[in-house]
Amino acid sequence: MKGMTLIVKTIARLISGLIFLYGIYIVLHGHLTPGGGFAGGIIIAGAFVLLILSEGSKKASSEIKKQRASVGESSGIFIFWLLAMLGLFTGSLFFLNLLPKGKAYHLFSAGIIPLCNIGIGLEVGAALFAIFITLAVLKTGEKK
Amino acid sequence: MIELYLLLILMILGAIIALESRNLLSAIISLGIVGFGLTLIFLVLQAPDLAIVQIVVETLSLIILIAAILKTTREDTTEEWGAKKIFLYLGGLAFLVIFLISVKGALKFLPPFGEPLMRMAGPYLKLGLEKTGAANLVAAVILDFRGYDTLGEAAVLFTAAMGVIAVLRKIGRKN
Repeated sequence: MKGMTLIVKTIARLISGLIFLYGIYIVLHGHLTPGGGFAGGIIIAGAFVLLILSEGSKKASSEIKKQRASVGESSGIFIFWLLAMLGLFTGSLFFLNLLPKGKAYHLFSAGIIPLCNIGIGLEVGAALFAIFITLAVLKTGEKK
Repeated sequence: MIELYLLLILMILGAIIALESRNLLSAIISLGIVGFGLTLIFLVLQAPDLAIVQIVVETLSLIILIAAILKTTREDTTEEWGAKKIFLYLGGLAFLVIFLISVKGALKFLPPFGEPLMRMAGPYLKLGLEKTGAANLVAAVILDFRGYDTLGEAAVLFTAAMGVIAVLRKIGRKN
């Protein structure tokens, strides 16, 4: 996949970090403000998609990125499933909120809900990025 | 209320154009009208969570669809003729008639717009903060009360990504 002009590259480099940070903020504050794992994960994927679209990507490095995205996606859903199963093992209830609830409206509150949000965010972001990079690799492969 | 109707009419028009257009690029952009109209409807109905997800998903899926169009073709080359076309139209008409008849029966039992049944949602709204400690009630519902659903949703996305990677792989494919 070919990159774009210098103007687009510079702007994308400046902005993608901010988008990435915003995605992390949305994921971490999922239990306090609108958003959560799904929305934040997609925003994180959007930061990477912006970088790939502007900078371009070589075929070999795209394969590595695809494998890493696949690993991230699998580990994200594994974290989520593990948290659900932990409740089953310790308290004999699927999705039991086993951590202390903490003070409401604080960042560290609501038990396992923030951890679930992190798992979902990892899964959603990596899955969307994997789909995108797979299509991008297919395009460069056909042109040769 | 009037803005909801206007948005719905706009979305239906966009969907019809997306179906009938022979140029696939304009069809995808008309499909975007449906998605972004849905975003505005979520905002009007005061659901910012869904609006954030909808707007980002819509943008990203438009990018992915346009990437697919640029890679393949811009022309819609499906041909419908003869018996196939008649069968398609008759099937669509029969579905519409059956759907309208069943909707007429079902509408009598639906609560009026803006006054939903609160048999399950009432206790969630009252006890959500106390039982889960999460200030965002949506997060409390999707990750605590309705955890099974969210696990299923995440599994659906996981399977979709697996499917794309498996279908479009380079290694081990015959041609």
